Amino acid sequence: MSTILAKVVDLRRWVDARFPLTQLWNEHLAHYYAPKNFNFWYYFGALALFVLANQFISGLFLTMNYTPTAEGAFDSVEYIMREVPWGWLLRYLHAVGASFFFIVVYLHMFRALLYGSYKQPRELVWILGMLLFVCLMAEAFFGYLLPWGNMSFWGAQVITSLFGAVPYVGDALMEWIRGDYNVSGVTLNRFFALHVVAVPLVFIGLVVFHIMALHTVGSNNPDGIEIKKHLDPKGIPLDGIPFHPYYTVKDIMGLSIFLLIFCAVIFFIPDMGGYFLEAPNFEPADPLKTPTHIAPAWYMTPYYAILRGIPNKLAGVLTMGASIAVWFLLPWLDRSSVKSIRYRGSLYKSALGLFVCSFLGLGYLGLHPPTPVLALWARALTAVYFGFFLLMPLYSALDKVKPVGDRLSDH
Amino acid sequence: MSGETIDTDRRRFLVSAASLIGGVGAACAAFPFLASWMPSVRARALGAPIEVDITKIEPGQKITVSWRGQPVFVVRRTPQSLADLQALAPKLRDPLSKESLQPTYATNLDRSIKPEILVLIGICTHLGCVPLYKPTPGTVEAGWEGGFFCPCHGSKYDMSGRVYKGVPAPLNLAVPPYQYLKDTLLLIGDDSKVGVST
Repeated sequence: MSTILAKVVDLRRWVDARFPLTQLWNEHLAHYYAPKNFNFWYYFGALALFVLANQFISGLFLTMNYTPTAEGAFDSVEYIMREVPWGWLLRYLHAVGASFFFIVVYLHMFRALLYGSYKQPRELVWILGMLLFVCLMAEAFFGYLLPWGNMSFWGAQVITSLFGAVPYVGDALMEWIRGDYNVSGVTLNRFFALHVVAVPLVFIGLVVFHIMALHTVGSNNPDGIEIKKHLDPKGIPLDGIPFHPYYTVKDIMGLSIFLLIFCAVIFFIPDMGGYFLEAPNFEPADPLKTPTHIAPAWYMTPYYAILRGIPNKLAGVLTMGASIAVWFLLPWLDRSSVKSIRYRGSLYKSALGLFVCSFLGLGYLGLHPPTPVLALWARALTAVYFGFFLLMPLYSALDKVKPVGDRLSDH
Repeated sequence: MSGETIDTDRRRFLVSAASLIGGVGAACAAFPFLASWMPSVRARALGAPIEVDITKIEPGQKITVSWRGQPVFVVRRTPQSLADLQALAPKLRDPLSKESLQPTYATNLDRSIKPEILVLIGICTHLGCVPLYKPTPGTVEAGWEGGFFCPCHGSKYDMSGRVYKGVPAPLNLAVPPYQYLKDTLLLIGDDSKVGVST
């Protein structure tokens, strides 16, 4: 036993002389000191990484049987579902995984709003994270066309039509994106290439940068107190614990519970009653027939409701774009002297509460057919949505904050 | 429990137990991915047994049919080539087909149910090329007695698909499962009723 161990140690030395293996392990796991007070909200970064891995592996195996042509796409998905051994599992892992990716990422972002994780010095962590979110939306949008169902087709038709709102070059731009006068097999083919090669490559790069930036500045925590201010003689934060084994074990625990829920959905209700897989998408794409009620997948509905609420095409498109872009400005909109909601006053707490209601409300409205009353609601909630961001310099500065301690509250 | 000492036995047990359970979980999760590479329902349906009408095959003639995407040779051998089979044994690697692949009912000298009709999978047992049918003596080399010749690496087989010595192929050409539905109708790929209908 001890000779085998000695051989392994020798091998590690051999590798370390040629590649920084132990150094990488230490910098990012064994000697990365994270605050010791991480709570429930700190599961979702690791879970997002897990779902990403799931999307990569299940996606890889789907491409082995998928045909990216207008003639073959729909049938090849049916082929995967019915004839490829375990193909149904591969597809449900990927399709349900997409929805869970958004659930996990939305909760991850909400954590940042709770504890001010975007605030100085973590502005770049935040911006890289927002770029990841934009990538995720692009990936979801391109992927949604691939089954070539009727909702796939009309979803792509509607979203590519948005570019027609650009003044002067809109129509030319739209044709350039589609590669045809309408969404067609040409569009499908290029969306496939973007979905399986281009966007995933950018995604991986951004994940690496996101984690590198985080590990440079160190993790925030529910108290919003910088643990690097108090170091022991060896230079280790007094309120920090090594990520491995403490948080790897905690994340494995969180992953186990996540997998219970994830697998329950995959095995018992993979279409989530029409929210994860929509009924019209079980019909092949038909360029001559729009589904009677058209709505994007649930994770896009808040932005769709914003788009639909504005009674002018160009203004609607710009407002929808702004509803994503405004997130990037968050580190500079927040003028509060504290990070965590634990020390903030009622102004920020109410604003965040209203924002969550507006986001969920817009999500609900985006799922339902537009009526005049609902359109008014959509406009009101859009105002609340933007109010949260644009009024933040005012209310976050006026907010009455509690005094923040020097060390974590339970050190 | 004191704060100073670490119970390393307990720690090792927990790490081993968690790794074992995690490993079993990972293996179970890997199974569907690996299994998805097995032939699909469609591939298996396309690999169903095929019927071959042998009425029009002349003595000495070979036809090639496709079963499971593989070439299957059906040859009507002449009485002369059947008579030559016995004497070839010293030149062959496995003259009695003891190591080669064939159904039990074709484990005989002429490797077939009816001596004149030979059914073979036309894939060289060396590296999978399709051997050429060279029935005429002297066509491959001086002293060639008729049989199959693989153009890839020069493997040679006799008129029963038995491999010669001194060539790279290790085994005789395989015989697929087959049966006679009628006197002139073969079913290749299924032998579940052999001995009943003939």
